[in-house]
Amino acid sequence: MVEGKKGINFLKALLYLSPAIILMAIFTFYPLINTFIISFKLDYNDLTGDYSGWGFANYVKVLSSAVYKTALVNTVIIAFVSVPLSIILSLLISVALNSIKPLQKFFQTVFFLPYVTNTIAIGMVFSVMFTSADKGLINTIINSLGGQSVNWLGGNNNGITLLPNVFNPNNQVFSSQWFTSMLVLMFYIIWNSLPFKILILLSALQSIDKQYYQAAQIDGASKGRILTKITIPLLSPQIFYLLITSFIGAFKEYTSVVAIFGDQAQPVGGRHNIATVVWFIYDKMGDASIGAMGLASAGAVILFVIILVLTLFNNLVAKKKVHY
Amino acid sequence: MDIRLVNLTKIFADKTSEVRAVDNLDIVIPSGKLIGLLGPSGCGKSTTLYMIAGLLEPTSGQIFFGEEDVTSLSAEKRGIGLVFQNYALYPHMTVKQNIMFPLQNMHLPKAEILERTQKYAKLVGIEDLLDRKPKQLSGGQQQRVAIARALVKEPKVLLLDEPLSNLDARLRLQTREEIKRIQRRTGITTIFVTHDQEEAMSISDEIVVMKTGVEQQRGKPQDVYENPVNQFVAKFLGTPPINIFTGKIENGGLYIGEEKIGESSLDDQEVTIGVRPEGFIVSDEGPLKVVIKHVEHIGRDISVVATHPNSEKETFRFIVESEIKLEEESEAHLAIKPAKCYVFDKITEERVQ
Repeated sequence: MVEGKKGINFLKALLYLSPAIILMAIFTFYPLINTFIISFKLDYNDLTGDYSGWGFANYVKVLSSAVYKTALVNTVIIAFVSVPLSIILSLLISVALNSIKPLQKFFQTVFFLPYVTNTIAIGMVFSVMFTSADKGLINTIINSLGGQSVNWLGGNNNGITLLPNVFNPNNQVFSSQWFTSMLVLMFYIIWNSLPFKILILLSALQSIDKQYYQAAQIDGASKGRILTKITIPLLSPQIFYLLITSFIGAFKEYTSVVAIFGDQAQPVGGRHNIATVVWFIYDKMGDASIGAMGLASAGAVILFVIILVLTLFNNLVAKKKVHY
Repeated sequence: MDIRLVNLTKIFADKTSEVRAVDNLDIVIPSGKLIGLLGPSGCGKSTTLYMIAGLLEPTSGQIFFGEEDVTSLSAEKRGIGLVFQNYALYPHMTVKQNIMFPLQNMHLPKAEILERTQKYAKLVGIEDLLDRKPKQLSGGQQQRVAIARALVKEPKVLLLDEPLSNLDARLRLQTREEIKRIQRRTGITTIFVTHDQEEAMSISDEIVVMKTGVEQQRGKPQDVYENPVNQFVAKFLGTPPINIFTGKIENGGLYIGEEKIGESSLDDQEVTIGVRPEGFIVSDEGPLKVVIKHVEHIGRDISVVATHPNSEKETFRFIVESEIKLEEESEAHLAIKPAKCYVFDKITEERVQ
């Protein structure tokens, strides 16, 4: 009797879940699996479904493509710079916000604004703010402080270049122009990713029992020690959650690039040198030539493997470092 | 080192109201003693403790540790140890790290930190649990860790906030003996807060009974029990609680209703009379006529629930030796031991006899 009941319950559960499962199957699972398959089909024509054979040729092509290499390096740089920086910043901001009483709500709103505004719109505002011409907002500020305009997004040959010894202006890809452009992009990505992190960390902070802080005060802990020995360990589950999701998010960075640098992912005079992996995938998908979809798929699978490995590694670290 | 509270007052105010949580408290806590702050919830006892700890700032008044005025000193400079009601052990640290934490903040040499951690872990009997996390400990063990963490700094004062309230009945008995033992061993001036009169009476050298922020009475537990200054203190101490009757004093006699139960030298007036449960004697000549409702055998004694028309509550309870035979639903006559009978002013509730 119990067995029969279990069976009915299972069928019921299946019935209730079926709308979600069917939609997911059509729009998520099937495309996921198909991407894997397509990535191994040679000269795949996505309109007719024809292909000339199976093999790793798409992977070889993608991995030897200069644009994909640029995209991969850019993506890795974005992930490993923006994620730690934005987590540290949001942690400091949350702790500061949590410790002030007056205006807390006001500042919370200010920091939350980027979250409710459109990424493309803000990106376009950024590209205007950072325009390399002397009339751009940032350059105007620099000029009024007595500095020289910076050639942020390219096209202003009179603008100064940053770190000229490290990044050779004559480099094809990682030129000094690439560096200043990446600087703007990084600034945008970090600023844009702060609100969600602050939201998570602030609510976590507010749910920490005040008695821990009273105990720490009586134990004579300094402010710095309270932060590193009490607050951060108690936030470690949330920090870890943010670390994983932000890494995945950073590896999928695309909208910000297109918003600031346009659909060619390049500053004026560049050559797709701000490309990211997802930009590469979209670029290939938009390419009408035979076999481009196979390249896009291979690019996507490589990205998947990188994210998978990284997340597994993160999990490994978390087991050791995330408390309770 | 003794602790003196001078006119200590704490007012919690917001836009619409203000609450005098602690009102002009004057207490001297003698050096090396274990003092229980006792009162119902909301009487300001925890507020007082937190002010002594330095976690709350008094609205007015002063706190002296010995000769030193510590009123404006921050918590970490006062040299106190505090055990929180729910222990507040850092969940991400092991027992050892929890106990070491205050010492690391003091920047002591590593060898001394380890030595002291061992010493106090041993004192409270948790030396086998040092590598566990608080979550892996029972309530009683967590309690001990919290005490060790408070003591490891070798503070001048140990403060305990409702130290036994999170423990089950058996553990509570065991732990209160433990606290007493540790306090005796270390000779540290200890103040603890509780709403449980039995707990306070069993381990305190002295108790301070508080009500709505005002000290009612202070003294040795037995003295306070035997000589309560007012009806509140009399009612608050003792289980089962004291029985209250309405009565009067007339022509030198003390009456419950129309039944003369004793003498009084006071002027004629209406009074409230409190009689401890152990203050009744079953005797055919006894003046107080009651109806026995229920008899409970509790071993050596019997606890009797009875009714009397002048009892404040519907029933009252008295305790007599088990040899005495009482029938339920029968009438009985009771005499009252003068020493267990207290007469209170009807209005002010102050004790008058």
